[in-house]
Order: sequence, then C-alpha cells, then structure tokens
Amino acid sequence: MTTAPDTKTAPASRASLVRSLALRWDTAVGVLLVAVLVVGLGSTDGFGSSENLAFAFNDIAEVAIIALPMTLLVVAGQVDLSVASMLGLGSALTGALWEAGWAFETIVPVVLLVGVAGGLLNGWLVTRVGLPSLAVTIGTLALYRGLASVALGSDAVTDFPQTYADWAVDTTTVPGTFLTYPVLLFIVLAAVTAVVLHATGLGRSLFAIGAQEEAAYFAGIRVKRIKLLLFVVTGLFSAFAGVIFTLRYGSARADNGLGFEMLVIASVLLGGIDFDGGKGTLFGAVAGVLLIGVLKNLLTLNDIANEVQVIVTGLLLVASVLTPRVIATVVERRHRRAANTPAPQST
Amino acid sequence: MNQSAPDPAPVLALKGVSKSFGAVRALQDVSLQLFPGEAHALAGENGAGKSTLIKALAGVHRPDSGEVLLDGEPVVFHGPADARDAGIAVIYQEPTLFPDLSIAENIFMGRQPRRALGRIDRKAVHATTAGLMRRLGVDLSPDRPARGLSIADQQIVEIAKALSFDARVLIMDEPTAALTGSETARLFSVVQTLRAEGAAVLFISHRLDEIFELCQRVTTLRDGRWISSEPLEELTEDDLVRRMVGRDLDDLYPKQEAEVGEVALSVHRLTREGVFRDVSFDVRRGEIVALAGLVGAGRTEVAQAVFGVDRADAGEVKVGGTVLRPGSPTAAMAAGLALVPEDRRQRGLVMDLSIERNIGLTGLDEVRKRGLVSRALEHDRAADWAVRLQLKYNRLADSVGVLSGGNQQKVVLAKWLATGPAVLIVDEPTRGIDVGTKAEVHRLLSSLAADGLAVLMISSDLPEVIGMADRVLVMHEGRLVAEIPRASATEESVMAAATGRNERAAA
Repeated sequence: MTTAPDTKTAPASRASLVRSLALRWDTAVGVLLVAVLVVGLGSTDGFGSSENLAFAFNDIAEVAIIALPMTLLVVAGQVDLSVASMLGLGSALTGALWEAGWAFETIVPVVLLVGVAGGLLNGWLVTRVGLPSLAVTIGTLALYRGLASVALGSDAVTDFPQTYADWAVDTTTVPGTFLTYPVLLFIVLAAVTAVVLHATGLGRSLFAIGAQEEAAYFAGIRVKRIKLLLFVVTGLFSAFAGVIFTLRYGSARADNGLGFEMLVIASVLLGGIDFDGGKGTLFGAVAGVLLIGVLKNLLTLNDIANEVQVIVTGLLLVASVLTPRVIATVVERRHRRAANTPAPQST
Repeated sequence: MNQSAPDPAPVLALKGVSKSFGAVRALQDVSLQLFPGEAHALAGENGAGKSTLIKALAGVHRPDSGEVLLDGEPVVFHGPADARDAGIAVIYQEPTLFPDLSIAENIFMGRQPRRALGRIDRKAVHATTAGLMRRLGVDLSPDRPARGLSIADQQIVEIAKALSFDARVLIMDEPTAALTGSETARLFSVVQTLRAEGAAVLFISHRLDEIFELCQRVTTLRDGRWISSEPLEELTEDDLVRRMVGRDLDDLYPKQEAEVGEVALSVHRLTREGVFRDVSFDVRRGEIVALAGLVGAGRTEVAQAVFGVDRADAGEVKVGGTVLRPGSPTAAMAAGLALVPEDRRQRGLVMDLSIERNIGLTGLDEVRKRGLVSRALEHDRAADWAVRLQLKYNRLADSVGVLSGGNQQKVVLAKWLATGPAVLIVDEPTRGIDVGTKAEVHRLLSSLAADGLAVLMISSDLPEVIGMADRVLVMHEGRLVAEIPRASATEESVMAAATGRNERAAA
C-alpha cells in the first residue's frame, strides 16, 4: 500500500472529504424534511389534513418536475435559467392556441414540440457555438418570456374545459391518497430520473462530464450529444410544466411562473447537488424541492408574509451551499492540528 | 561567497527526524545535511517519504522527534511562513501563480513596495523584478501576465520570488517533470547560478540522468528510512536504483521479441493545418513503434487526431482495414483504438471519481445487466485489472486522486486495456512515475505487444524510446522526418532527426 502521505494526495483527500459530506448532506436534507413534517404536524392545525397535503405538494408540482432534468444538468456542470420562461411560453401558447380554436389534444403536442425546440436552441448554443450555459440561458430566459408575450400579449385565457382543469387541480386526487395527478406524474418521472442518473451509463457519463469534461471526452463519452439531450429534455419538461400550470390555475398568461427558475435551482442546490458539477444524488434534489414546498406551505398556514417566505428560501439556499464547506474546513483544520501536534518527548 | 567546496557547516540539516501520520510512519530517523553551494539530490520511489521530508524542511509538518537545524542551531518552524523567513523556499512541480497578474505583481504579491498614500510603487516592483531576471540570466519581461507562461517560465518566476525573499535554501520538487529538454537546460543553468551565489539546492527528480547531471551529492530514502548520503561521483545509475528499490532492478527496458503481424493501424497523409502535415505510418500487430521528437513537434496532436478527439483537416486513419469516421473517439474505440493521454490529471482520469468508476467509464455498455449499470460488474471489471496491473490501493471505491502518480497511470492503462484494444496509443506513459513502476509499465507494454497488440508510444524519454521501440518515427515541426529501425536507433540518431539538423540538442 502506498499509504505514506505526500503532496499530491492532500487536495484529493480534501475533495473526497467534501464529497463524503455532500453525500451525507442529501441524507441530512431528507432528515430535515422529515423533521419539518413532524414539527408541522404537531404545531400547525390543518397541516396534516389530506386536503392541505394535496394542496401543498400540488402547489410545487411544476417546480418539482423541472427540478428533475435540472438536477441532471447541474450534475453535468450545466445550468438552464430559461426554464421558467419556457413554462411561461408553454402557458401562453396553450392559451393562444385554445383561443384560436385548436383542440386541446393538438395543443399539447405542439407546446411540447416548442419546448423541444427551445431546448435545442439552448443546447445548440452551448455545445456547437461553445458558449457557457449560464450566459446562453440568461439570454433565452429573456427571449422565451418575450415570445410568450408575443403569443398572448397581456391577456389571460381562462375558459379551459373543466375536464382538463380537473386533471391538474388539488381537489382531484388519486383515489384513497392525497396525491394529485401532477404529483403522481412527478413521482413517476422522479423514479425514472433516479434510475437514469444512478444506474445507467448515461448517468455515469453525467458525473464524469460534470467532474472533468475533458477526461470524459477522452474516454469516448459523447459529451456534446449528451449535453444537447439534457437541454432538450429540460425544455420539454418546462413546456409541459407550463401546461400543468395553466390548467391548475385555469389561466394562461405570459408571465406565469415568473422567477420559478430560482426556486428550481434553489431546490436542486439545497438537495446537495454541487453547482460545480459531478456530485449529488437525485434523492437529495427531491428532498430539497419537497422541503421548500413544505416550508412554503407551513409559513403560509402560519400567516407569514410572502416576503418572509422568500427570505427564508434564500437563507436556506445560502446555508445549504455554505454548510458542507464550513464542515469540511473545520474537519480539515482539526486534522491538520492533530498532524502538527508534536508527540510527547523528553527534551 | 562560498564557491564550490562544501562549507563545513551545513546551512540546513535534519537530525534523526521521525514523523508518523496515524499508524503510518512516513519518516523514521532520517538525517540530511545541506551545504551552501551544493545541489543535493533526494532520491527514492513514490511513497519513500520525500514529500514528507520536504514538508518537514518547509515548516508544513513538525517532526514527531528529531531536530531541524538551521546554521547548526535547532529551530522549530511553526508554519511555512517561518521557514520562508528563515530563507527556505520550495518550488513545486506545478507553480500556482495568479494568471491575471503580471510576473512582477506575482513576485511581490501581498508585500508590494509602497509610495505615499499607500499606492503601489510600480516602478520599484518593475525594476526589482527586472533585476531578479537578470540575475537568473532569464529573458522574461516583468510586465508579462502570468497567463500563457509555460510551466518552465512559471517556475522561473517562483524562483525569482524565492530570491526576493533572500532564500538560501531552494527545494525543488520534481521541477523538470513537465519541462522540455531546452527548458530543463535553462533551469539547470539557473540552479548553477544560485549555487555559485552560495545557495543550497535540494533537487527531486525521477530522472536519474538529471540527478547525475546537476547534483554533487545524493540522499536516498526507502520506505521512510534513510538509506545513504554520498557523493554522486562514486555512483553509477545502477547503484542509485539499487539503493532506491532495495534490490537489483533486473531490467528497466524488458523488451521481448514479438512476432510482427499484419498492419493494425494505418495513418495516411493525416494533416491538421498549422499543426502537422502529411503524416503517414503503419503500426503492425506485435510492434512497439515509438513516436519521438521535441515537445511541440506535433506528436500528441497526431495521436489525438488519430483517436478522433481532434479533427484532422485531411488524410485518413484505418484500424484493421476500416477507415475511421474522423473526429469521433467513440468510433475509434469501437474500431479497437485506445489512447492513454499525456495529461493524466486532466484527460486521463476524472480525479474526483473512484478507481472503479474511472475504469468503468470506457465500458459503460459492458458493465450492464438488464440494461442498467451493475455496480457488481463495474467493481469486478476494476478488480480484475487492478490485480493484473498490480495496482496498489485501499478500496476500489476510493477516489483515484489519492493514488500515487504511478498507480494513477496504471488506472488509466487499466481503463483502456479493459476495452480490449487492437491498437494502444500511449502518450508519455512513464512521465513522473517512479523507477519501479516505470519498469512495470515497460514490462506490461512489452508483453501486450508480444500478445499481438499494436503499440504506438509517444515518449520524450530517449532511453525509453531506444529501449522499448521496434521502430522509431521521428517528428520535427509537424512533419514525420525519419523512421529509424531498432538496430540503428541511438539517442544521437533520434535527436539529430528530432532537431532537424545533425547536431545534439542542448539537453
């Protein structure tokens, strides 16, 4: 065994330390989620009712659904800030086409296609033109929201048929549970995403790309194709989230979901997905998004103002990014102090 | 100033130093004396304790027992800053400069001379830096940004920085690992200048020829113990290797005769504008073909174009008779090509991932069970190759970054050999790895060739080229200029072709 410490191992062992903490971090968020649920049940009347739980989780269904492909993107070292705008574009198109007399069965595939096209544009700019995803998607964030306004102006379309709206609202649940259909869809998609990330070659590739893109490329991984695919899936999910949002509120507007991208990214980071890429678990991301949803609901039930909720979300996010690093630093410092303490000796 | 004869009083010494990390005894009763005006080599395999010794001298580690003596007086360094103030400077293999600052700003980072109102005295910074560069005999403008400097130039900046602290002891940890021949020659002349000024230099290198060229004395460590300190004049390379590995290394270049079969890799008029032009060659089954040349001659670029990570502008690559789709590593792999890249840490491995995931990365389709990646299969694949290549590790789930350089290289080899390639391209396969592992890698390449693998080996290590290759292809400024059969390959003939003239290179 080459166990003798040498210069080259120091940074690497620190990296593995950070990673092992990150792995524990997702468990910590899961534990925190359970704790918040328990505290909520004990302290807040009506929190535990199935009507409220159905409402609480349905209320974050779109954020949760978009958080799934976002997790894959962030693991691969990318980000998509245009998701909420694509949600808005999906919603506006749904409204505009419905107003124009299209059948709902035709509208949905068209909206999904637009989501794919938006994802292709993001992916194309990132992989072919070689721009950083942060810059590209800040641009398309504005672009897609602008297109949404072009599609629907400042109108709201509200006369959607009850049959479709019923599918999305929180008063319709899967019989015998508090799960709404959008939440059920999220659960299915989350299961699929978890398998993709943690048990397929594609998932393995994502971690490699996020940790060291060049090495992944040199190992024959089709880095560009995979990134493009991720952006397309993210666009697709975001557009579909736009349809859900429209039906849930019974209202198609160009400014639907404004600012949701921050909520999505906050959930993912809160769940321990490293913004630098290469680290994280889907369990953590799901726990992160549920935690944000439950907290939001608890704060609302306790009549705490929306502004405060935003502050709480922000603090949580900062804490989630900071805590693992602080712990790692403290642990490392303690190690170093132990290493430098001279053994007892007679002088 | 002290000239050549070692002063009787060592400027810096270790006496009976021991240091343990948990149960690991990194240093046991090690002594070392550094005299003014000498270049002293520190030899030993990876894990012998060289790095720990350097850190004890540099104030990073405090010894558990034993003493550090400065000018004969016991001292205790409470941190690297103490050691620096005592005139001890460490130059690492990969310097860490601020890329956006100029050379002068880097040298005076955090202690810039001030003028009135606390403004930085740029003139003084510039002039002092220019003076340091003159003293080192190096032509580098103080205003040049650190970004874009070669590693060699960055090291010079670090040395200048050390001099600006009035360093009397310079510790150089594998400074030549990433340097070209002429850069090494310049570094050595800088070291000679420092010696002439009375500085003591502790030099660490895996290249024995460099130790013999630069140093007067050598201290050898093995398994954390002091083995010997002696003048190099009285030693041969074989003696030194024996002290390092504790046994006779039967053969550093164990080239087996292999039966040469049909053409496995055929490169025809491959061109990448401005990089290389009209490169054509074949590699047959059972052959080890070396691609030699100076750094910058385009060897790595040819390998990368053959493998498809870079796109060639013209020409074609055939593996086993089929023409490869250009610009596609995936197609190259499917055809049986494997590339072990030069830059292990950036390109060869994903440093944050575990050993088994790194080895699994090239065979994501093969470690599947019912469509999903099987951790068991992934583990088995890695375990199998770890045994075959005698990898030294704790657990396969450990991050590959904790391994020594030699073992990291074995992981890269494992990752590619696991794909069952027909053609293996290795780019600087033994750079920066210790002599014992080096011999293992050579034995491996040789036996792979004997089993019918076609090997293309890029190497700047001439003894390795001469010792291992059946044929030597030589590149010069982007062109293939010579093909030398094993029988007539000598360091002189290869170097003559590589420099494009009939003279030996500076190194």
